[in-house]
Amino acid sequence: MEGLKESEANLVVYLHPSMAKCVNDAILRELSSLLFTYSETFDGVVLAYDPNVRSNLAKILPGIHPYLGVRLKAKLLLFSPKPNMLLEGEVVKISRQSIHAVILGFSSAVIADEDIRDEFKYKVKHGKEVFVSRHHKKHKIKVGTMIRFLVKSFDEEILHISGSLVAVHTGCARWLDANLEEWSQADRANAQQPKLFVGMILILIFAEALALYGLIVGIILSSRAGQSRAD
Amino acid sequence: MGIELAPQQTVLHDMDELSFTDSELDYHVRNALKAAVQGDCDSYNQLVAVIHHKERLVPEEVALLMTCLKALTGAVSCMHIVHHRSLLAAIFGMSLWNYGTDVMDALVELLISLAASSGQYVDLCLEMLVTNFMPPSSSSTYFIELLKQPRGIDKKHQVLDRVHSTFQDIANLVPLSPLRLEKIVRDRMPNIYTKEPFIVMYVENMLTLESGAAGKLVGGSMLVAIMDRLIDLDVEIAWDDILQDDFSKGIFDMELEDLEGFSDHVQQDGDELTRESLMQRFFGGNLVAEKLDSLLVLTFEHLESCSGSGRLIQVFETLLQSFQKTVLTAYKSKFAQFVMFYACSLDPENCGKMFVSTLVNIFVSGVYPAWRMSAVAYLASYLSRAKFVAPSFVAATLESLVNWCFDYCNKQDGDINPRAHKIFYSGCQAIMYVLCFRMRSIISVPRLRSQLLLMRIEDILRHPLKPLEVCLPSIVEEFLRLAKRNRIFSVPDTFVDYGMLESELSRAFGGIERLDTFFPFDPYLLRKSDRFIRPNFVYWSMVRNSYYEDDEDESASDEDIAEAGISIADDISVDEGDAHLDEFDYALDKMSITPRDSSTKFGGRIQGFVQMPSKIRPSTSPESL
Repeated sequence: MEGLKESEANLVVYLHPSMAKCVNDAILRELSSLLFTYSETFDGVVLAYDPNVRSNLAKILPGIHPYLGVRLKAKLLLFSPKPNMLLEGEVVKISRQSIHAVILGFSSAVIADEDIRDEFKYKVKHGKEVFVSRHHKKHKIKVGTMIRFLVKSFDEEILHISGSLVAVHTGCARWLDANLEEWSQADRANAQQPKLFVGMILILIFAEALALYGLIVGIILSSRAGQSRAD
Repeated sequence: MGIELAPQQTVLHDMDELSFTDSELDYHVRNALKAAVQGDCDSYNQLVAVIHHKERLVPEEVALLMTCLKALTGAVSCMHIVHHRSLLAAIFGMSLWNYGTDVMDALVELLISLAASSGQYVDLCLEMLVTNFMPPSSSSTYFIELLKQPRGIDKKHQVLDRVHSTFQDIANLVPLSPLRLEKIVRDRMPNIYTKEPFIVMYVENMLTLESGAAGKLVGGSMLVAIMDRLIDLDVEIAWDDILQDDFSKGIFDMELEDLEGFSDHVQQDGDELTRESLMQRFFGGNLVAEKLDSLLVLTFEHLESCSGSGRLIQVFETLLQSFQKTVLTAYKSKFAQFVMFYACSLDPENCGKMFVSTLVNIFVSGVYPAWRMSAVAYLASYLSRAKFVAPSFVAATLESLVNWCFDYCNKQDGDINPRAHKIFYSGCQAIMYVLCFRMRSIISVPRLRSQLLLMRIEDILRHPLKPLEVCLPSIVEEFLRLAKRNRIFSVPDTFVDYGMLESELSRAFGGIERLDTFFPFDPYLLRKSDRFIRPNFVYWSMVRNSYYEDDEDESASDEDIAEAGISIADDISVDEGDAHLDEFDYALDKMSITPRDSSTKFGGRIQGFVQMPSKIRPSTSPESL
């Protein structure tokens, strides 16, 4: 899925002097206050962190409360969706006017009906709401489906994504993986196998036919040669 | 589709001719919204007018409102937070309490749809729902009256059920919404001056949130906020409100009457002084006390339901943290600590032990002296007053206290000095206080009796630091008498000033906050919530009776009380016009543990119904005023 990246960050964490006895816990607590909030510095939402404190020395800040500045390197998992990125999420609600999905369990995404391509038709089947593709009856989007969509915009405060299903390679992720006709570059290699097989069978058959003709000609020639010797 | 919608009129005449389908209405509403962005606001204003109309709706108006709301639900993607300001303000200004269930459902659907459509509306939707915890303030008197009737209760359930299920639905669509909700609920919590029904309803909702699906996420901060509010209310109740000058019977005597089944009514000018009437006198007009009472009832009921569903330990951990931060550090909170008491009574094995070990930890290794003294006062009061604590546990805790005191005084070689060793003195006073209440129950078990004898209590009490002189004389005297009677310790008859409730030295070690007379779990005085505490509470009279039941000396005790009571009653009516000081003396005497004739000495007393002061009030003696 696009939008996830891992970065290394050099951080300085400032701790209150009362935490001097339990520095590691205090660092983890400070870092966990970053979770699930968008940070301009990192340009993304911090999802996970892995701190690595290099040295035991910390700088003491002058002032009324002598805060300790601890330097550390941390590996961060960041989520930063940008427009036109392809994301996947689980559908939680379907209505005539919108599809609501949840990405990675914490970010909500909405796809309004003007961003759903005309190929998809809203239906109510067996009391359940579903979007079905007009061209491929098996391509369905209902509650619980993983959909793949393009990002239109990202609200950084509440981590809300507004998405679109206009592009052709968006829709139900599982169906797309199985059936999409326009292969992307990466998929071409995987798709070669069945075509090769058919081509090879054809060549085999023609080659065998040719060989059979050769055999017949050879037998005729050798029988002619045998006949002329006998004469 | 030109429908003329004047704010006061309805669409009746046109509705019959035109039949709208859902999609037509959707289309109309979307067009209205898009046109408003462009600047053409006619249909848009009509829409806003329909939403605003809320007084006395006839069924057609209700239907129109519902259809508008449903159409808006479909058109949320066209809404713009700036251009459609007035429409959004109208929607968020609606209160679920003013409408029937149909409109409520439609409105709630609209809110869910708005919250899910864009991040900008999430906070606004949640705020609107939190405002609906209470009836709208514009018609508050009407609703307060309505809520006293059964149909008002129904209405409340309809609204609140929908509010909480909406929180759940929004959380399903926007997983981070509980985080915002927590902040909004805390910020909008009513202050202590809000009317009682409103603050009670808000707290009820907070407790519902705590036990609901989002409880794991928001529950902790809900409980902490509620405890803070309880302390705020508690601190507002001044001591003067509780102890008025003209009570003729001490609180202790009031306890006795209560236990003997209201059979000892003392007549005073025709009034019957029962416990109820005394409570009424203390708290009748006190609004703050009533609010605190109702909130405590809610909290106790919630704790009971938590215990039923097995969540009590997690809830208790949160409460314990909040206790250490706010209750322990508050200057003499009066009732808020009973939340801990009740929680411990529901689960003495886990919660009770956790509570005691935390208090012991704070006493032994805390940082601030005031907190340590406070913690040991809580510990002593808890161990003495909790009926559900096993004597073996009391003995074990006593042992750790005694060991600490013993180690402390071994390191000291100075003489008596109340201020410098105040923590030590408060520890000693705590030990004596607990033993006054629990001596009998500990001694009756042979193993514990020997454990008690092995503890170094005598060594502590004989140490040059002289705790017997510094600690509160009333407690010291009672302890010594009990020790002598039960032949446990051999402590010397020292020259303590008998007849004094408190002495100069005890005031010195207690400090400005008077932590020497701080007994946090003294008898509970709030009316409605009393029924939760009473079954688990040890009253001094219950303990006293067990000590003196074999004694013939004290067989006349009941008559003594009645006599004493009646004579006081006469005295009071005579002294009506006397100086404040005289009444104070009477009151003080009532609390005193010696008979008014203070010339009799300890040992030499024959009559002498010694009462352990069950509630000692802070000193209001003239010198300290």
